[in-house]
Amino acid sequence: MKILKFFFIFYFIFSFNYSNADNEDIKIKITKNLRCLICQGQSVYDSDSEFANSLKVLVDKKLEEGFSEKQIYSFFKDKYGEWILYDPGLNKNTYILWLLPILMFLIGGAIIFKSFIIRK
Amino acid sequence: MKSKFLPFSISIIFFLIFIIFYKGLQDTNIYTPDVKINNEIPSFSAELFYSGKMVNSSEIFDLNKYYLLNIWSSWCVPCRQEHSILIDLASNKNLKLIGINYKDKKENAKKFLEELGNPYEKIIFDKDGTSAIEWGAYGVPETFLIYDNKIIKKYIGPLNKHSVKEVKLLMK
Repeated sequence: MKILKFFFIFYFIFSFNYSNADNEDIKIKITKNLRCLICQGQSVYDSDSEFANSLKVLVDKKLEEGFSEKQIYSFFKDKYGEWILYDPGLNKNTYILWLLPILMFLIGGAIIFKSFIIRK
Repeated sequence: MKSKFLPFSISIIFFLIFIIFYKGLQDTNIYTPDVKINNEIPSFSAELFYSGKMVNSSEIFDLNKYYLLNIWSSWCVPCRQEHSILIDLASNKNLKLIGINYKDKKENAKKFLEELGNPYEKIIFDKDGTSAIEWGAYGVPETFLIYDNKIIKKYIGPLNKHSVKEVKLLMK
């Protein structure tokens, strides 16, 4: 019985640690993907401005409240616009950003194909 | 035909790139978030400055009334500049001023108000700056004109004569 108790206590402590560590990982991931609006060009994670520090506290709060990563992103997007995300989603404002590299790749490929392979 | 096509397309591409970069030069590289007009005010719970009571935003803002929500701090120099404007605005019967004290020490904030006067009907104490983020603010001072639980106008930075005129015009 004692062994069982010990086992449960250990299990409880370790599972608690793991869940905390998970939250910390997600928090780092989220704050790295949020742009600081005060020191632009830095992520919230890297920045130490008042704004960034408040944002970190809020991300912590939202995670504790059970918000998912996506929900937190959409929360900030709603407040500050798409610009606050380093990894913007595909929508009518950003489709050029996403499609242009693919388009350029295809055009480049076509030119190479035309001038080298067909010539052979 | 082929020999003409290549230089032509290359020069067009360079021309397009030139235009994009030239336009880019004129753009400011400091981003300010879009001001969403007629956006519902956020629902949040916050601590009141003097009583320390926790309140919900719905208890602060009534429908059919104009509110000016001002984010301020005793350590912020532009807030000191705009304070006399806020005191003037507070004399307007149709307008109620609500303050959010942003990341401040209570003692310093109290001294600030004792020195310059208190234009606010209620003050929310935002110790960690999270209430300001709920409002989509990212610095001090910022001011929101609110009517019917909607944000009509947002001012980033200190208020000036021009913005006071605009506020009075919007309230008509």
